[in-house]
Amino acid sequence: MNEENAYQQEFQVKGGDFTRAGEVSCEIKNLLKELGLSAPIVRRAAIAAYEAEMNIIMYAWQGRLDLSVTPDRVRIVVEDKGPGIQDVELALSEGYSTATPEMRELGFGAGMGLPNIKKNTDDFRIVSEVGRGTRLEMTFLGNGHKP
Amino acid sequence: MNLADLVERLDLKVYAGGAELARPVSGGYVSDLLSDVIAHSRKDQLWITLQIHPNVIAVAALKELAAIVFVNGREPAAETAARADKERIPLCGTPLSAYEFVGRAYGLGLAEK
Repeated sequence: MNEENAYQQEFQVKGGDFTRAGEVSCEIKNLLKELGLSAPIVRRAAIAAYEAEMNIIMYAWQGRLDLSVTPDRVRIVVEDKGPGIQDVELALSEGYSTATPEMRELGFGAGMGLPNIKKNTDDFRIVSEVGRGTRLEMTFLGNGHKP
Repeated sequence: MNLADLVERLDLKVYAGGAELARPVSGGYVSDLLSDVIAHSRKDQLWITLQIHPNVIAVAALKELAAIVFVNGREPAAETAARADKERIPLCGTPLSAYEFVGRAYGLGLAEK
């Protein structure tokens, strides 16, 4: 199946909306299950989608996740309008976080978000522009051997 | 072991999802950091935490955890319980600390498989 025949769906996420946090990633997970993808790819995509969704909620003003699925791979492109990331390299390192003390008290801001995404994707690209926003491209392959 | 056995033997208080107690439990994970739970917990585990805010429900639903156990006598916020009922995630509580609770659960044979 080529890109044109892929199943596609778009999900909007509003910055700061903690009351609906996790809804989009749960929806994506259920959808992937219904589409019959293997358990490992569903699990990895759900983890990465959750972290991407939370990053929009915690740091950006608004964003969207574009899901595209073929039988052997899942692709999620995440784009937000937000403050962007000053130092992407640093943000990718485990334990680094710019979360506020309030967020940390709630158990967010462990500095594991982007590292979790990196670990669970077969291909991961990130581009960020300070003052404008961040774009993530996450690809998961059906035969991937990631943990 | 199922959740109902644990509720009875560990004297857990059930705050939500009381209709789901027949579900199996295999092991558990202790953490108060949501991304850590997302990364490392596994399906059918108990999640032992002191976080009682509503965002824990999405994490438990996403990872298909058996139940959340709040330690140190902490009670879930009303919104947390409402969301748990909707998502069918059992919420339990114990006056014990995480250390004490996990020790007793292990003692009952609830170890990693």
